[in-house]
Amino acid sequence: MIELQGVSKRWPGTAQPAVDDLSLTVPEGTSCALIGPSGCGKTTTLRMVNRLVEPSAGAIRIGGEDALAMDKVALRRRIGYVIQEVGLFPHWTVAENVATVPRLLGWPESRIASRVEEVLGMAGLDPGRFAARRPHQLSGGERQRVGVARALAGDPPVLLMDEPFGAVDPLVRGDLQLEVLRLLRTLGKTVLIVTHDVDEAVRLGDAVAILRAGRLVQHAPAAEILAHPADDFVAGFLGSDRALKRLALIPVTEAPHRPGSAAGPPLPEDATLRDALSEMVARGVRVVPLAGGGCLALDDLLSFASGRPDA
Amino acid sequence: MEAITQGLAWLQANPGRFGETVLDHLLLSLTGLGIGIALALPLGVAVARSAWLAEIAIGGAGLLRTIPSLAVLAALLPWLGVGFTPSVVALALLAIPPVLVNTVTGLNGVDRAARDAAEGLGLTRRQQALQVELPLAAPMIFAGLRISAVQVVSAAALATFIGGGGLGDLVTQGLALLDFGRMLVGAVAIAALALLTEAGLGVLERRVAARVGA
Amino acid sequence: MRWTMRNLDTIAAAMATHVLLVGAALLIAVAIALPLGIAVARRPTAQRLVLGTASVLYSLPTLALFALLLPLLGLGFWPALVALVTYAVPVLLRALVAGIAGLPPAVLDAAEGMGLTPRQRLWQVELPLALPALLGGLRIAAVTLVSAATVAAYISAGGLGTLILTGLDQGHTEKILVGAGLVALLALLLDQAIGLAQRRAAA
Repeated sequence: MIELQGVSKRWPGTAQPAVDDLSLTVPEGTSCALIGPSGCGKTTTLRMVNRLVEPSAGAIRIGGEDALAMDKVALRRRIGYVIQEVGLFPHWTVAENVATVPRLLGWPESRIASRVEEVLGMAGLDPGRFAARRPHQLSGGERQRVGVARALAGDPPVLLMDEPFGAVDPLVRGDLQLEVLRLLRTLGKTVLIVTHDVDEAVRLGDAVAILRAGRLVQHAPAAEILAHPADDFVAGFLGSDRALKRLALIPVTEAPHRPGSAAGPPLPEDATLRDALSEMVARGVRVVPLAGGGCLALDDLLSFASGRPDA
Repeated sequence: MEAITQGLAWLQANPGRFGETVLDHLLLSLTGLGIGIALALPLGVAVARSAWLAEIAIGGAGLLRTIPSLAVLAALLPWLGVGFTPSVVALALLAIPPVLVNTVTGLNGVDRAARDAAEGLGLTRRQQALQVELPLAAPMIFAGLRISAVQVVSAAALATFIGGGGLGDLVTQGLALLDFGRMLVGAVAIAALALLTEAGLGVLERRVAARVGA
Repeated sequence: MRWTMRNLDTIAAAMATHVLLVGAALLIAVAIALPLGIAVARRPTAQRLVLGTASVLYSLPTLALFALLLPLLGLGFWPALVALVTYAVPVLLRALVAGIAGLPPAVLDAAEGMGLTPRQRLWQVELPLALPALLGGLRIAAVTLVSAATVAAYISAGGLGTLILTGLDQGHTEKILVGAGLVALLALLLDQAIGLAQRRAAA
């Protein structure tokens, strides 16, 4: 887990701190999305965790250990780091890029080779096809997958991600986000991810922490923040459609459904309430059939969504 | 033209002398170049990270580069006298600026994301420099080496004026003795050497750039 | 410093010749390079040929070039001038071509779209915008020529190189240092002055 206590960063020659007395805990095996307007200090905060930026004040603990007391190079080798432009090393092959941290950790060659294969597979890349390629031969999405593989290769318990999908083609982005999230969840990694995209934050973060001018404004599970923003700033930042965003977090299977059937193609099992609402609007109906049987009515959707207690 | 026939005649008559002079020239050039690179490359690596040090280094190099080669060669005479040593020192001085400037700009031009990733993944400063930054800066550094080499090979021709030997001797002796054959051979040899260095290192430079996968 | 004080006129004359050589060569080189550069800027094959030849000429070491021209042109000021022009043209050409090639296509497109003829585009848009690059080339050419003109003393062209060469011959330290010092100063002055003009033009 990642623990920040009273962390501040003041750059020399500036009046305002970039990060001001921030306290945040990311429980083990969960992901936390750091969002906020540009200049709010989210990237600075992230970079303090692996000490690419040294905090001016405060304590940082990772897995219970004092990160500020450790040798920072050793610290970084135990943290996965994924950035927007990926930063693959152009003069090395994909395999060599991915092998970076295992090599630094001194793993035996055979273990490195099998790990590279394993981790490329996890990232959705066929090692046979990709291992020998060079970064410039890859598409944006492929490059970021290699970036994720490279970050996971040393099997770090913690991952830091800075706008990791920003440079990926929008058409590919959504699927890649979900895939990576699923992977990290399966592996039980603790993830801190910085993004300026509210939809991405809500989709990827078990919890969302919203920053403003270096201070933490609200930190709560995504559904709760969307339902109960702490103040006007948060509400504004989340967008006027935050109620709809919240619907996207609730699968249709959780809402009450009525027996019987309705006209039109059924909604797939993994559809969300937002998808359901969207379909109703598109079809001009108040009831849609569900793939698992039964159907969902608009009235039930509304009463369920508004009455639902947010955990 | 008859100058050409004169040249060929001299060459035929003095192959040994010609060969010796070429070797002299190469020795001068390689020694000066070697020392210059040995000084400039590590210096460039050392100052690249600091913005103000890099600026001073590049400023100094720019200054040195502006000074005419003959002036550099001649100015050493009061301290180092004539002959091989002052020539080599002068050539080393002339070799430094291109290598220094290109090393600094090359290193600072390396993709920021790759540098950030290297630091974030946990490479030590030394590992970052040796495994990521230098290889990626290699094409630019190599270009600096090439420019330097051509500079030195050309300037070595002027060593004749401070008794340093080399192919320039053939030109000055030729003119002094009105032996145009000798003079021409010297001139052509100097030119050919410079052009060959440029072309040969140019090919190598392209190879280096290709390996980095630009 | 005694020799210097007693021979200020010789020094001044040498400086004047040096400046004259460099200045005249630069003017002639610009007069050649400008039309040539404009002509080949849009023709890739011609451009490659011209720049390639120019590159070779520029790579010729100074002493070699002077010696090669000697049987053809003899000694003195004029042969030196020819050699200097031969050095300056390639530098200016390359700078001009690169400058024009580096112009944002959007600007040229807009100029054409607004109805400027090719000639108007050239004189009103392309050349003014390529000016900083051209001045950059002029700067390099000037410094190169100051250096080359120093060696030109060897073929009796005059200039500050004469002080250096006679000083070397005679083992006369003061002469050497004055010659070397002045020539370095001249090069630095021109470099800074044209550099200033370049920065102004780019603003």
